[in-house]
Amino acid sequence: MSGNDPVAAFRVEAADLLEQVEQALLDLSSDPGNRPLVDEVFRGLHTLKGSGAMFGFDALAGFTHHCETAFDRVRKGKATATRRLIEVILSARDHMQALIDAGSDADAALIDAGTGILADLEQAVSEGEGTPAVAPSPGKGWRLTFKLPPGAMANGTNPLPLLDELRDLGQCTITARLDDMPTLDELVPTECYVFWDVELIGDVGREDIEDVFIFVIDDMELAIAPLDTPDEAAPVEDDVEDMPEPAAAASAGRAAKSAPGQESVRVQAERLDELMNRVGELVIAQSRLDQLSAGKGVVDAGTLRAVSEDIQRLSAELRDTTMALRMMPVSNLFARFRRLIHDLAHETGKTIELVTEGEATEVDKTVIERLADPMIHIIRNSCDHGLETGDDRVLAGKSAAGRITLSARQAGGEVLIAITDDGRGINRARVRAKAEAQGLIEPGQTVSDNDLLHTIFAPGFSTAAAITNLSGRGVGMDVVKRSIESLRGTIDIDSVEGSGTTMTLHLPLTLAIIECMLVRVGDGRYAIPLSAVEECLELPASEVPATARRNFLDVRGELVPYLRLRDSFASTHPPDLFQKVVIVGQGRGRVGLVVDQIIGNTQTVIKSLSRFHAGLGSFSGATILGDGTVALILDIASLIAGAQKSQRSLSGRHHDHAGEAA
Amino acid sequence: MSASILTVDDSPSLRMAVRIALTGAGYAVTEAGDGTEGLAKAGAERFDLIITDLNMPRMDGLTMIRELRKSPTNTGVPIIFLTTESEDGLKAQAKAAGATGWLVKPFNADQLVKIARKVLGR
Repeated sequence: MSGNDPVAAFRVEAADLLEQVEQALLDLSSDPGNRPLVDEVFRGLHTLKGSGAMFGFDALAGFTHHCETAFDRVRKGKATATRRLIEVILSARDHMQALIDAGSDADAALIDAGTGILADLEQAVSEGEGTPAVAPSPGKGWRLTFKLPPGAMANGTNPLPLLDELRDLGQCTITARLDDMPTLDELVPTECYVFWDVELIGDVGREDIEDVFIFVIDDMELAIAPLDTPDEAAPVEDDVEDMPEPAAAASAGRAAKSAPGQESVRVQAERLDELMNRVGELVIAQSRLDQLSAGKGVVDAGTLRAVSEDIQRLSAELRDTTMALRMMPVSNLFARFRRLIHDLAHETGKTIELVTEGEATEVDKTVIERLADPMIHIIRNSCDHGLETGDDRVLAGKSAAGRITLSARQAGGEVLIAITDDGRGINRARVRAKAEAQGLIEPGQTVSDNDLLHTIFAPGFSTAAAITNLSGRGVGMDVVKRSIESLRGTIDIDSVEGSGTTMTLHLPLTLAIIECMLVRVGDGRYAIPLSAVEECLELPASEVPATARRNFLDVRGELVPYLRLRDSFASTHPPDLFQKVVIVGQGRGRVGLVVDQIIGNTQTVIKSLSRFHAGLGSFSGATILGDGTVALILDIASLIAGAQKSQRSLSGRHHDHAGEAA
Repeated sequence: MSASILTVDDSPSLRMAVRIALTGAGYAVTEAGDGTEGLAKAGAERFDLIITDLNMPRMDGLTMIRELRKSPTNTGVPIIFLTTESEDGLKAQAKAAGATGWLVKPFNADQLVKIARKVLGR
């Protein structure tokens, strides 16, 4: 928990609670009588209401209160958790999320939506509500006698502060009465045998006196009488209990209005300890370095190198531990999809079961957040197009229930997340027909299976015969592909007709640090993400003259377009004698980058460009090198796109020439 | 010496609010996330006041109060439980378990501090 802002803490907590409620509800739908689950839902709603009201989320508290009341009937066994009730509470859950997001700025439309849900809820569970009781009235001085209930002292009630409180109300004459004092052998030391007569003079209401005894009034002996009618002490009714009024805290209300602000991350204490250890060691290394530099005479190179190696090791470890702070298990992500699958099953009328594997795999928090939308899209597609209806499945000899498997695992510096369905698989003939209709491939052209499957990521591509509510609006897979690529990831498709499709997302472990190849072009240095580098070669002598028209290299029989970065960056520095070509690839595109010198590999901390420079196509960021100078990081995707465009225009020109000749 | 208060609640935000309110009033506050943890902390040292929620995972507030009252260390330590309007009957149960008083949620910092002053007498 970071900082001291309870409202931010509440947002984090509320997200967890809603998650917990949702999971329990989903489990409950398959096991309606499960008591611990019912309790869990109730507890979640209850805490949400309580904490919500504390922090100024009044609309949330009010709304949740009704849900809690309804669900309480389930808890008390007066109603059963029917499917319909669970549906309604799930939609109520979504509404609560909206209320939390809106904070105290919930507008009328949102509140109206809530009223609708509550009406549904009321239908799902019939319910009655009581109203709280109200208290009686005041006089000019009182005579009271009070005796604490047995056990009160042991249970933490101290009579002395009570007497002090009475004194605060007005002038008091207090007499201790020892009438009930037992003999020593009968005396229990934790009991209070003393009782008190108090004459209180002042303009005090009866309820003020009763408030003093609020916690014990139900069980104690308390007689309160106005001073002028001595000793006609009437016992008080004991249905008075409205002390701290439920006015929402004004200060908390104000706090809730402040913008959601910085997000916070939950970190395991163990990881913080690890970080602390490293920092401690770093401080020690630093002081050793300090000593060396302060010492007289020449520092021996070996000693210096030892310190330098220590610092290098520590900073690498620090980097890893710090990165680990941002890592979250994908279970958080997968859990969200349970609800999605539930809803999809409901909408499509298919029976769908969800299997998850490797939920403990950890991914950077940003990746998790930005992965949700593309994954929703893929899962929707799988449920809608991939899985057949129950009848069709039985005809195909499969179980009636379709299955979606989400799995995650780490492989080297990548995390692989696979979404698998056991549905009908991708129909190649249909994809091909559609791709030809859209002009993505030429009729009769031989295309590898993989390339064919990848055409579904082309903008506007959809093979769905019928467009449904769920998917097939044709704005899907290209967006998915783009969002995965923006995370520096790639997508693989594997599909067997008749038995299912697997989409595998390859994602980098973290976004903040990448391995780069450092190159020099002219007198500037640039970084190329190492994951994109395929190979390096020397620029053949035949290509060296800048006048060479064709910008293609023959790499083992395959033509690869290349860019002269010297030209792109308008470098005036004299070119090196032997220029190098770095071949980079991303997805299916490849391009060669001609550079002056390959300097080597380096770990790069990515700094984003200023807002002013953010529009630059060729660079994705910048990094600071060991000597303090800045190197720009090349944006491979945009370079490849640029090269392909020039390649197309070149081949276009080629066709024109052919036309003229004919 | 300032009075020491243990707050037991499964809601971190609520614990935080309680802590801010009470430390602001000069009390020393220790936090526990559920009944089991609360019991352990209250067993290890004697607090001047314990404030607990009722609905908690692992061990609820009622059970914790009962357990606390069994130990001689916690005889006479005031225990305030946090409740809501909807929990009728819980007050009686909590008092039977050995609670000293209650505070109805939602409450604000002033109400909390007032209750703490009331039972602590300082």
